[in-house]
Amino acid sequence: MSSLDNNAQYPVGEHPNWEPPVSNVGVIGWMKHNLFSSRLNTILTLLAIYLLYTVIPPVVQWAILDADWVGSSKADCTGEGACWVYINVWWKQIMYGRYPDAELWRVQTAYVLGLVGLIPLMIPNFPKKKWISAYLLLLFPFMAYVLFSGDNLGLKLVETPLWGGLFLTLVIAITGIVASLPLGILLALGRRSNMPVIKTLCILFIEFWRGVPLITVLFMASVMFPLFLPQGVNFDQLLRALIGVALFAAAYMAEVVRGGLQAIPKGQYEAAQALGLSYWKTTIFIIMPQALKLVIPGIVNVFIALFKDTTLVSIIGLFDFLGMIQLVNTNPDWLSFAIEGYVFAAVIFWFFCFGMSRYSQHLEKKLHTGH
Amino acid sequence: MKTENSQHDTDDVIIEIMGMHKWYGPFHVLKDINLTVRKGERIVICGPSGSGKSTMIRCINRLEEHQKGQIIVEGTELTSDLKNIERIRREVGMVFQHFNLFPHLSVLDNLTLAPIWVRKMPKKEAIDKAMYYLERVKIPEQAKKYPGQLSGGQQQRVAIARSLCMSPKVMLFDEPTSALDPEMIKEVLDVMVELAEEGMTMLCVTHEMGFAKTVADCVVFMDGGQIIERNDPETFFNHPQHERTKLFLSQVLQH
Repeated sequence: MSSLDNNAQYPVGEHPNWEPPVSNVGVIGWMKHNLFSSRLNTILTLLAIYLLYTVIPPVVQWAILDADWVGSSKADCTGEGACWVYINVWWKQIMYGRYPDAELWRVQTAYVLGLVGLIPLMIPNFPKKKWISAYLLLLFPFMAYVLFSGDNLGLKLVETPLWGGLFLTLVIAITGIVASLPLGILLALGRRSNMPVIKTLCILFIEFWRGVPLITVLFMASVMFPLFLPQGVNFDQLLRALIGVALFAAAYMAEVVRGGLQAIPKGQYEAAQALGLSYWKTTIFIIMPQALKLVIPGIVNVFIALFKDTTLVSIIGLFDFLGMIQLVNTNPDWLSFAIEGYVFAAVIFWFFCFGMSRYSQHLEKKLHTGH
Repeated sequence: MKTENSQHDTDDVIIEIMGMHKWYGPFHVLKDINLTVRKGERIVICGPSGSGKSTMIRCINRLEEHQKGQIIVEGTELTSDLKNIERIRREVGMVFQHFNLFPHLSVLDNLTLAPIWVRKMPKKEAIDKAMYYLERVKIPEQAKKYPGQLSGGQQQRVAIARSLCMSPKVMLFDEPTSALDPEMIKEVLDVMVELAEEGMTMLCVTHEMGFAKTVADCVVFMDGGQIIERNDPETFFNHPQHERTKLFLSQVLQH
């Protein structure tokens, strides 16, 4: 890259490949390009560094360095920082609600059964993924239900009002997620159908659920709905909330999936039809895999929103993860520790949501086929 | 191979279009189309853009619906009966201008999907067949790749192989080389010429007049939604009968 090189003459077509200029590559190149590319960007970079400097140290001080970690009562919290003892003491309630202590193994067993299916699915190239998915979608919900509620196989009945904490949050979120995707796909297909009756029904359904706030849905499910039922018929409170959440999420999912369907070129349908594939085979093998892949970010968005919206069930008397923390906050012995409770809730929620987000990015990369 | 020679012999008629009309809304795109295709015949359809050539061949496998007249393929009349439509589509292969490969499937899966799920062929047999046709179009080494990783010419050859895997009785080509870079047109035409030489019945909408001269038994010229002229290539190119044909040929053959 000396001036001598620059001026050198090469025969036509035989110019060698040069190294790029030093200032364009490596750490220096990266910093120059991303942090200090102009005067304004340099000022913004310095401001950002200053902001991080003022925020991070106090947070670390409060949450880790000055925090109290061990103990069994409020008296053990003497430091200036966070009192994590609080979480420790109420751990069981926050995780499982009022589920009986003697039966907690049932919930834990179900967790293990779920993870046994979920972890292999996330490992690339794990064999027999179809069977594992079938286990997770068909067998596992059934086993989990039997374990959770009992009343057969010699298990003690644990009624749903006793379910709570993170356990309840997971039950609602996972049911919602598993039910809303297939339902959303069917609604999206229906909305694009040529059959006027099906199309109208799907539009009405989607627009109804999208137009109503989730809180209203939950109130309707818990207060209004029982009024319409004949006397003596009792519908489980949790089940009603589950159905409400699933249908609500399905309406959003339908619109996300429809967005993906609209992005598929007409040529894909034509090619599939020209090969003699029927409507359903075209949909299952050609259209859906492409459409769903396109809208993975949107689908995961709905999942994450659904996961966080489960906290709204606390207003109809179900004590989910956040509801349980709020309940514990009102304990006279443990007043003034609300911040620790909410921070803990935020961290746990963040880990779940961030996990979903990362997994979706991994999926997008894996499914990218270079077009 | 003049078509008039076998006029009474209706046994080997494979496609029969009689008095077919089509409208897009109020727009009359195809007017009184009559066309008979016999087994082994290679027909090239040409004409200015917007003349209805693509629409006509797309009616043959019901990618477009006709509103009047009759289309009979392999003895089955095309109506709105879905079972008939699917049966005809199994027997009629189609190659598109923009390839329309399935981008989420590997080349091999593109080729085996329809044989497995439509023809109910065992998977192993479908793979063998797919590899045989990939050899034929000279790209067996690309079987594991995705369409997005291939050049345009390679994609179009895969698309031809994909149709052939269904063992169609007729192949429809809808401007198969129009979307290709010039240096890739030849590799696709070579495959088509080979196919023609083996006796495949072909209907081909194309602007490749060289191809028409070498392989076609018959050239059909369309304009304004009508068939203007139908002749063997020799007569068609050297002694066009109709004024519009002459004008068209003077424009496309200038270069």
